[in-house]
Amino acid sequence: MEYILIIISAIFVNNVILSRFLGLCPFFGVSKQVGTAAGMGGAVVFVMTIATIVTYLLQKYVLVSFKIEYMQTITFILVIAALVQLVEIILKKVSPALYQALGIYLPLITTNCAVLGVAILAVGTDGFGLIKSTLFAMSSAIGFGLALVIFAGLREQLDLTDVPEGMKGVPIAFVTAGLLALAFMGFSGIA
Amino acid sequence: MKKLNIFTKGFFKENAVFVMMLGLCPTLGTTTSAINGLGMGLATTFVLVMSNIVISLVKRQIPDQVRIPSFIVIIASFVTIVELVMQAYVPDLYDVLGLFIPLIVVNCIILGRAEAFASKNNAFDSMLDGLGMGLGFAMALTILGSVREILGSGSIFNISIYKGDGALVFVLAPGAFIVLGYLIALINRLSEKA
Repeated sequence: MEYILIIISAIFVNNVILSRFLGLCPFFGVSKQVGTAAGMGGAVVFVMTIATIVTYLLQKYVLVSFKIEYMQTITFILVIAALVQLVEIILKKVSPALYQALGIYLPLITTNCAVLGVAILAVGTDGFGLIKSTLFAMSSAIGFGLALVIFAGLREQLDLTDVPEGMKGVPIAFVTAGLLALAFMGFSGIA
Repeated sequence: MKKLNIFTKGFFKENAVFVMMLGLCPTLGTTTSAINGLGMGLATTFVLVMSNIVISLVKRQIPDQVRIPSFIVIIASFVTIVELVMQAYVPDLYDVLGLFIPLIVVNCIILGRAEAFASKNNAFDSMLDGLGMGLGFAMALTILGSVREILGSGSIFNISIYKGDGALVFVLAPGAFIVLGYLIALINRLSEKA
């Protein structure tokens, strides 16, 4: 039961983008089309899950054992940077089309606060073993992808509507994101 | 490039938040009040200035292929310093800012300036650039934090302005997005007229 709670909470109630404010740069950068948004979401699921597993093991068996917890920021970000390089290489071979579509945003997953943020959150939550941390990371990434795809759909529609001159482009995107965040707040009644 | 220009461009022409749209996560996540926004802005400025200086000093020593990871290690070291200092001297602010302090390391502004400026200029100019961009960022955060605090809590810098509660939504997630959207629209309008 607890596992279902973790999943629902990470995807809807504490959505990584709309509630925790992580991963905003790609949110406004890649969300112009649903297709690209979905691809980005998939890549983030992969990177975030593996990153959290690796950083969790690092934290438990290296940082805490040798009492060097203050090295957390440095080691975590290096692990993530290495992982993203790996994903880039694999993606280039497996799906060059998706690689091209994601363009600059793929290496930018390294500086995506969502990946580092979720990793830090997972190791910092009491009672989170390896399985729960992995579940948390996977669900958070799914929530990220979900918010991204919904927002892309919204933006595709926004392009077709009549927006006041001063609000065109970025400002109306932000206000729309705010309304989406407001909608997601409705989920807080579940948990 | 005039020295003064390097410093001032970070405030208006190339303001990190309102013009370049970088560093959005801490912008929305830490501006629940004016003082939180200011604290976050100053912590980021420290990391930005120090890493700009160090990177411009060692830029010739770093091979091109490991450029980005090296920058990240340098930036992460200063973030760790800021983390520990804040934990010791301003524990209340440290608790409020929470997760966003270690997240300074992935703030696109810092890596962006390292790549665009510090790796190509001398230490003094890099310091000016870091100081200007950082303080411009701090200014943007303080403005956003002030608006959200006035509308949401009825106070500014913890001084109560009007009686009664504000609209809670502005202190929460949706309010952050909406206020920033309108602020950007306002600034776009003002810079068009100027």
